[in-house]
Amino acid sequence: MGLPGSGLAKGLAVTLRTMTRRSVTAHYPDVQPELPARSRGVIGLFEENCTVCMLCARECPDWCIYIDSHKETLPAAAPGGRERSRNVLDRFAIDFSLCMYCGICIEVCPFDALFWSPEFEYAETDIRDLTHERDKLREWMWTVPEPPPLDDAAEEPKEIAAARKAADKLAAAQAAAAESASGESASGESAAGEGGGDA
Amino acid sequence: MEFFDVAWRLLAVLVAFLTLPLLVGQTEHKVMAHMQGRVGPMYAGGFHGWAQLVADGVKFAQKEDVVPAAADRRVFQLAPAVALVPYLLVLIAIPIAPNGVVGQVVDAGIFFVLAVLGVGVLGQVMGGWASANKYSLLGGMRTAAQLLAYELPLLLAAASVAMAAGTLSLPGMLESWQWWWLPWQLIGAFVFFTAGIAELHRPPFDAPLAPEEIIFGPLTEYGGLRFALFMLAEYAGIVVISALTAVLFLGGWHGPFADQLGWLWMLLKTAALCFLVIWMRVAWPRLRADQIQRFAWTCLVPLALFQIALTGVVKVVFL
Repeated sequence: MGLPGSGLAKGLAVTLRTMTRRSVTAHYPDVQPELPARSRGVIGLFEENCTVCMLCARECPDWCIYIDSHKETLPAAAPGGRERSRNVLDRFAIDFSLCMYCGICIEVCPFDALFWSPEFEYAETDIRDLTHERDKLREWMWTVPEPPPLDDAAEEPKEIAAARKAADKLAAAQAAAAESASGESASGESAAGEGGGDA
Repeated sequence: MEFFDVAWRLLAVLVAFLTLPLLVGQTEHKVMAHMQGRVGPMYAGGFHGWAQLVADGVKFAQKEDVVPAAADRRVFQLAPAVALVPYLLVLIAIPIAPNGVVGQVVDAGIFFVLAVLGVGVLGQVMGGWASANKYSLLGGMRTAAQLLAYELPLLLAAASVAMAAGTLSLPGMLESWQWWWLPWQLIGAFVFFTAGIAELHRPPFDAPLAPEEIIFGPLTEYGGLRFALFMLAEYAGIVVISALTAVLFLGGWHGPFADQLGWLWMLLKTAALCFLVIWMRVAWPRLRADQIQRFAWTCLVPLALFQIALTGVVKVVFL
């Protein structure tokens, strides 16, 4: 318990100490907030990468992605070859009045066409204006930041891991080839004239 | 000449009455905010929200004047004025600098001041009764009970100073004030200031208002300008109680260069006490109604009686 009234004194001390420190208030409209890396503000579309595979639209829990497309036929590259068909994007829209910012569309996109942007100031006075069409989604791409560097203890990115694996395999194969070549040349002392000519 | 002198004094008191409470209110906004790690109003008036209370006043003035159908109309409408005007009258009698710088010299100043102060609380009792609302009635009853409990220690503590000075006039008390009265009347100062805060229903003695419990008690049914007057009365009350404590116990205008800077010392002491009032609001929780009563009768009244005995003994034996 302590002395009677020590609680009152403590209350006074805490409030006075707090008063001498800087307040924690965020002065938002005057000062922009410092957002953490990978902040989820708005979704940008890098439409050059989009193949209209529709995975994002189908995985979206809110059904807030609208995609229209048509097929175009490309003439055969070589004479006598088959004509190729290709998907062309006509409309790509995200209705941010429905979006719940789960990020599944970005996770699921196999071609890296969707990205998180930290921009969050796109409130509208008309709910219909919250449906961002393709050109607006493309504009958001300019606000997508570089991905932050990985943590020190993080796993290697998959792409680099795969490349490294292939490189290691190749190096191992070459080393094995060199090994067998030198081994053969060493044993070729007795059996002269057999291989190892290019060593 | 006489007329202009009186008019000038009254005008100065009126100006002080209209500005000082707002200053305290704005200080409360800011101090409370920073004590809670916030910044408080920032926009009104441009610079750190200095005009927030002016904006609030404009908003209050625009609101509809509503009187509940079941209310006692006359009493309901009169209550804010009864709550506010006494503080204006008290301010007239408070000296702020030596050589008669006071709204009006009242011979029995301490009587006048304490009598009129009690009237101010009546405004809340009237509002609580006339509102025809159960919360208001509860708050009004608590207000009345609190008034009865704390008027006694307030008077006793003030009487101690009057005994020490041998006069009932406020400027007269300040004339005879010595620095060693500070420790001598320390208990009295504590009792007077605490009882004064309790009469104003400031936290931790705000059970009669208790917004989270009985929704502002007597003020529940008030809105617009009448509510603003009640608020103004609360802050005017803080100024008056702080100024009175400064005059009675802290030596008012006494300080270095009192002849020229007396008014500054008086204002500084008052401001420090106002800060204390705000500080206590931020730091401490509210007392229950029964705790408030117990504190008055078992703590403040005996302390005040002890202070009177001490004053009497020192006065008779040493002076």
